[in-house]
Amino acid sequence: MALSVILVAIFAPLIAPYDPIEQLIWSEGAQARLAPPSLRHLMGTDIYGRDILSRIIYGSRISLQIGIFATVVSLLIGVPLGAMAGYIGKWVDDLISWLINVVFAFPFLLFVLAVIAVFQSPSLRVVYIAIGLVNWVGIARVVRAQFISLRDREFVEAAKALGLPRRTIIFKHILPNAIAPVIVQATLGMGSIIITEAGLAFLGFGAQPPTPSWGLMISEGQKYLSVGKWWWAIFPGLAIIYTVLAFNFLGDGLRDALDVRLKR
Amino acid sequence: MFSYVVRKLLYAVPVIWGVVTIVFILMAIVPGDPARLMMGQRGDPETLARIRADLGLDLPIHKQYVRFLKDLARGDLGVSYRNNEKVVDALMTRFGATLKLAFWAMILASILGILAGIISAVKQYSIFDYSAMFIAISGISAPVFWVGLLLLLIFAYTLHLIPGVGYVPGDWRYFILPVITLGVRPAALIARLTRSCMLEVMTQDYIRTARAKGLHERAVVMRHALKNALIPVVTIVGTEVADLLSGAVLTETIFAWPGVGRLAVEALVARDFPMIRGTVIFMAVIFLVANLIVDISYGFIDPRIRYD
Repeated sequence: MALSVILVAIFAPLIAPYDPIEQLIWSEGAQARLAPPSLRHLMGTDIYGRDILSRIIYGSRISLQIGIFATVVSLLIGVPLGAMAGYIGKWVDDLISWLINVVFAFPFLLFVLAVIAVFQSPSLRVVYIAIGLVNWVGIARVVRAQFISLRDREFVEAAKALGLPRRTIIFKHILPNAIAPVIVQATLGMGSIIITEAGLAFLGFGAQPPTPSWGLMISEGQKYLSVGKWWWAIFPGLAIIYTVLAFNFLGDGLRDALDVRLKR
Repeated sequence: MFSYVVRKLLYAVPVIWGVVTIVFILMAIVPGDPARLMMGQRGDPETLARIRADLGLDLPIHKQYVRFLKDLARGDLGVSYRNNEKVVDALMTRFGATLKLAFWAMILASILGILAGIISAVKQYSIFDYSAMFIAISGISAPVFWVGLLLLLIFAYTLHLIPGVGYVPGDWRYFILPVITLGVRPAALIARLTRSCMLEVMTQDYIRTARAKGLHERAVVMRHALKNALIPVVTIVGTEVADLLSGAVLTETIFAWPGVGRLAVEALVARDFPMIRGTVIFMAVIFLVANLIVDISYGFIDPRIRYD
């Protein structure tokens, strides 16, 4: 499932029947405005005469882009902090654990919104930085727990006895052994990042028009629900569900594959 | 038990301080002049300077922080840039609507989730189990605002069973869709968790003993298995408060519900920083208090925890 989303995003120009921002009212006339699903436009068109299927196909690029970059930001913050907390322990662990608890205390979406408010104008880069700044805590918790369970093992003692620097022990010796649950956590986190991005775009704090963001499409299409033009708002939601499900299944699958305890 | 409660309360203090400090820092680094934001283009330099002095914005940042903490200790969260309304007053006026929404959403989610979870576990691999778990996993993956719009489309705009968006105090019809919208995700999570906990408990020795005694299956499930299976479910109710508050931001926006979530969005759109600061701190504190209550009640339910 996840692979299908990734392939759609990569090959969007080949798969999409139309340009996602082309207003077809110029070529097809007024009937291209809010046209219901038909053979010509499988998911209908929006008020500007843009093909919704094509916008959804291109929208996968936005969702994946945010999902991947926000995850990278989360990993860049969460892995070193979690590793330091778990390996060094003592006051470093107290301090980082406190910070993790503080960030956890905020409702996720509201905190991301508050971070976005700091920037003058919302853009995709602001969105993934803001999500990453809030999302790292889940990763840090997993890394910390892994480091606590690994720090007293023989191979770490051996590395210490060899006089290796702390950074080498953390990143070259312990981290490779701790990475599996981090990958699972990061994959499962992709789903919630994609939903958060859609929520931000829906509220007007994410991608800006005419970007084919799924959340933005739902926001634009909601005005026409009451007059029976449902396709503009409903189809992008199905795309979100499919993508989030895909990453949740991938995360579950990876957990089953990587966790030897579950294989019993 | 008393020391357990005190420990939990003391533990919350540095976290609340952290929340308050992070929000202060975030709002302090926002570019732009709040005085200009309040006055728009009308402000002459003297008025702007007076507003800056009133708000303490002419003070060095550490003094602003101390002043902010002092005000906060007195329950003063400042004044809205937009309409000069006291932030605390705005929060108090709006909180009732959010609380009502979140409370009923949680009740609905708990009843539906626990019921579906039990039936799914008892009738594992049945059509009910497969359909309930399919709905649950879709419910977890669906954005809350989309669920709300879908419900509006079906029940308000197509079937005309329920009026559309709005808030009419005392009219329960306006209540149904927002409560369902907000309750879908927690219901799905509770259903999945109840199912897996029930399945785990049902394989334990004391259940086999209960069955061997010749107890009716219903008594085994309801009286013996459920009690232990529900302990982890209580925890999720606490963590779900954060989800409910995040969900309330979107649900209230769709249904024009006059709660704290919508207040936050309005403040963000208007870049009304004292109001943003107030709503974020308020919601985080509500979340901490809810978790504190869950933690403490958890100590009552499961005696092993308070002796940890």
